[in-house]
Amino acid sequence: MSTGPTGAAVAADLTGDRPADDAADDLDVAAVKADFPLLATTKHDRPLVFLDSAASSQKPRAVLEAMDHYYEHDHTNVHRAAYDLAERATSAMEGARGKVARFIGAGSAEEVVFTKNATEAINLVARSWGAANLSPGDAVVLTQLEHHANIVPWQQLAAERGLELRWVPLTDDARLDLTGLDQLLDGAKLLGVTAMSNVVGTLPDVRALADAAHAAGALVCVDGCQSVPHLPTSVADLDADFVAFSGHKMCGPTGVGVLWARRELLEEMPPFLGGGGMILDVRLDGFVPADVPHRFEAGTPPIAEIVGLGAAVEYLEALGMDRVRRHEVAMNAYALRTLTERFGEEITIHGPAEPAARGGVMSFEFRGIHPHDLSQVLDQHGVCVRPGHHCAKPLMRVLGVGATARASWYVYNEEADVDALADALAEAGRFFDF
Amino acid sequence: MSGLEDLYREIILDHYRNPRNRGELEVPPATRAEGFNPLCGDEIVVYLHLDDPTRGDSAVVEDVRIGGQGCSISQSSASMMSAAVKGRTVGEVRELTRAFKAMMSIHEGELEGGAAEPADADPSELRLGDLEALRGVVKFPVRIKCATLSWNTLLQGIDDAEAG
Ligand SMILES: Cc1ncc(COP(=O)(O)O)c(C=O)c1O
Repeated sequence: MSTGPTGAAVAADLTGDRPADDAADDLDVAAVKADFPLLATTKHDRPLVFLDSAASSQKPRAVLEAMDHYYEHDHTNVHRAAYDLAERATSAMEGARGKVARFIGAGSAEEVVFTKNATEAINLVARSWGAANLSPGDAVVLTQLEHHANIVPWQQLAAERGLELRWVPLTDDARLDLTGLDQLLDGAKLLGVTAMSNVVGTLPDVRALADAAHAAGALVCVDGCQSVPHLPTSVADLDADFVAFSGHKMCGPTGVGVLWARRELLEEMPPFLGGGGMILDVRLDGFVPADVPHRFEAGTPPIAEIVGLGAAVEYLEALGMDRVRRHEVAMNAYALRTLTERFGEEITIHGPAEPAARGGVMSFEFRGIHPHDLSQVLDQHGVCVRPGHHCAKPLMRVLGVGATARASWYVYNEEADVDALADALAEAGRFFDF
Repeated sequence: MSGLEDLYREIILDHYRNPRNRGELEVPPATRAEGFNPLCGDEIVVYLHLDDPTRGDSAVVEDVRIGGQGCSISQSSASMMSAAVKGRTVGEVRELTRAFKAMMSIHEGELEGGAAEPADADPSELRLGDLEALRGVVKFPVRIKCATLSWNTLLQGIDDAEAG
């Protein structure tokens, strides 16, 4: 049914010693978990086993308190008043912009544009940069791993502009098949690529892709929605042109996302949404847009959410993104080993077999039980996994499935959560034993 | 785990294991309608053969076949539906669909955790029969779309057939 590696294939890869990354996991998960109020809740009288952070992470108290503090002490509208309170609101927001810039290794805070989410950030690239720079017949290259957020905006633009969309295919273990890359990039204007698949965890080598794209004269738009929360990120090292991500998957609140872009690009780009906040001057016969990044932030921004995102990146920085990554690789190794040892051929785990070649997300097929039914039974055991196409229907078709069940981990997950998942899977197997 | 048994009644699992009327029909004379559940990726195909689509509500469902893939709820609902509508007139099928959807609709009181059993909203003379087994689905609101997917697809198939 699936083209992913069989359970046996994964197990064979893991018969050696525990990978080095595994041994190096020094994240104090118990302490981290205590920072997340929601994780103290129970489901069916058991502690909640939350394995759906790839959809949205839980929030640490520090983020909730930062937002409360902002509303209790500093709130008014930003940027357009001289009184002290407005000063405080503006500096809370601009302070967060600086924190986000530092977190992703941006050259300056002005390269950080706040949006509603990653989806809006990518739409901004398509509608502003794309509309200004792409003409009929131009090619945009995307990969078959992409989330709909990095597909549909380009399809919309392609339909309007007569663009050609080309697709980087996948190997059997859902890595990018780069054998035809040069041809795909030949004459292309943009490469859109995820830095981490939200379904199978694949980690494309963004730096190498950016080098190839730039050599071919194309820019690179990175969907960092999964990678920025989970991997140490330096936009300079990636040598990307655009990077989009969402606050809510990285301990921050919903309602705020980020587009990072190189300053020279932003300065050349026309505004996306028009209105207040994004102008220098408006007359009856036209307007002068504001400087970057405010040019792209029309209307009242989600100030409290931006403040919350600032607190979230500080929280992650305090944990250390290298440590976060080591922990997730260790979790990958433990999950691959546990699930294949317990279920052998009954489970198929999609994506790369090597723990360090994956982000902390795992899609699997178990005994032919439909993912929707599987997650329903897991829910009865307090285990939250997500069934569905995960907004990656083209990838589902490559995998040869309609849907997958997906478990994903983050800083507050531990081996016991994987054990709970395995126990619940065994129960589901008994329930649907036919 | 009582909740699960409410959802996965034995008859549902039976239809899931042994789906009735799976397959395809030649198009034309049959029509082919596709339905998607964007929530979980389920895709269902309903092949419908009416004896004479121009007869409106008195046309008879000569044959129906189900294709596609989905969870136990969408597949069993499609299987039971196929058995229930075969040989019926379009008018009866529409009525049955209304009755089924009424059973599947959430009433406000229940959302608040009020009535344990949904009020009997079946307005029709037609008995739902086996389909009653899907009643438990209303307690799992995200699964309601799974149960109604094949019915909506069937209605679309009837519209397609009538449109010629
Ligand atoms: C890889 C990837 N890209 C984009 C998105 C879209 O994120 P959002 O819905 O926050 O805009 C997601 C989240 O679902 C994702 O996982």
